[in-house]
Amino acid sequence: MGYFSSVTDFLQMGTHGLYVWLSYGIALVIFIYNIFSAYWLKRQYFINAKRRLRREQGTV
Amino acid sequence: MKKKMPRWFYQLASPKWFYEFTSALLPWFSAAAILLLVTGTIWGLVFAPADYQQGNSFRIIYIHVPASILAQSCYVMMAVAGAIGLIWKMKIAHVVAGACAPIGASIAVMSLATGAIWGKPTWGAWWVWDARLTSMLVLLFLYIGVIALNSAFENKASADKATAILSLVGLVNIPIIKYSVEWWNTLHQPATFTVTAKPAMPPEMWLPLLVMVLGFYCFFAVILMSRARVEVLQREKRTDWVKKVIQNY
Repeated sequence: MGYFSSVTDFLQMGTHGLYVWLSYGIALVIFIYNIFSAYWLKRQYFINAKRRLRREQGTV
Repeated sequence: MKKKMPRWFYQLASPKWFYEFTSALLPWFSAAAILLLVTGTIWGLVFAPADYQQGNSFRIIYIHVPASILAQSCYVMMAVAGAIGLIWKMKIAHVVAGACAPIGASIAVMSLATGAIWGKPTWGAWWVWDARLTSMLVLLFLYIGVIALNSAFENKASADKATAILSLVGLVNIPIIKYSVEWWNTLHQPATFTVTAKPAMPPEMWLPLLVMVLGFYCFFAVILMSRARVEVLQREKRTDWVKKVIQNY
């Protein structure tokens, strides 16, 4: 499997498994946070905007 | 004497044009980001050889270096956008600058965290008060300062101006980060990529790194555009084209 002799070897990363996987884990969490917060921003905007638009059109 | 700016400069300043233009760009950047990040991660984790001194902990480079480069470029972009907003009174520039701050802060956290984790097996310490690390921490604080200042104003125009000035002042930190490894004695290794010289590591190590750097940039572009688009809609909510966008959503 690529540079490594086995899957176990890959998961252990020599003796550095903890450090490598922790780093990649943190990166993944921050990536997901960015995607989710951008999505959430958009979602909240459209929910509020639709409500406002309906209200404005209702009063006209 | 004031020179006339090219046409695209004014087009970019139109919120509607910006919204439509980024609609067209988003799918391409998203696809590129996924492709580059998946390729780079697998390449760096599975196929790149281990470092002869650092062993496999070296693979943290594929996160740490792109995150550090991006955190700094994002800051420069935020400051330049702020300056454009100040000079040409361009609202879109302020929108982009505002969208940079939260992304940059999260990426600076990524750089610092992965750096600390890499430091433990390599230097024997999670953190040292070394010039490179300290100036990077200052970058994170600058981002936090910009976000805090931006939310402190009721008035959007005042918030835009104040944050643009703060980001421009903070720009002085960027060369300090860059040259910190040369000016002071430091544990931190020098830059992997430079414009003038070939990387000191073999291609099978730096090629996946290059792929990751490009992937990080594409990812940043996607999140930046998404955030800026919402802000544009927010600021232009009284216009007819935004009402149409809302109705069609």
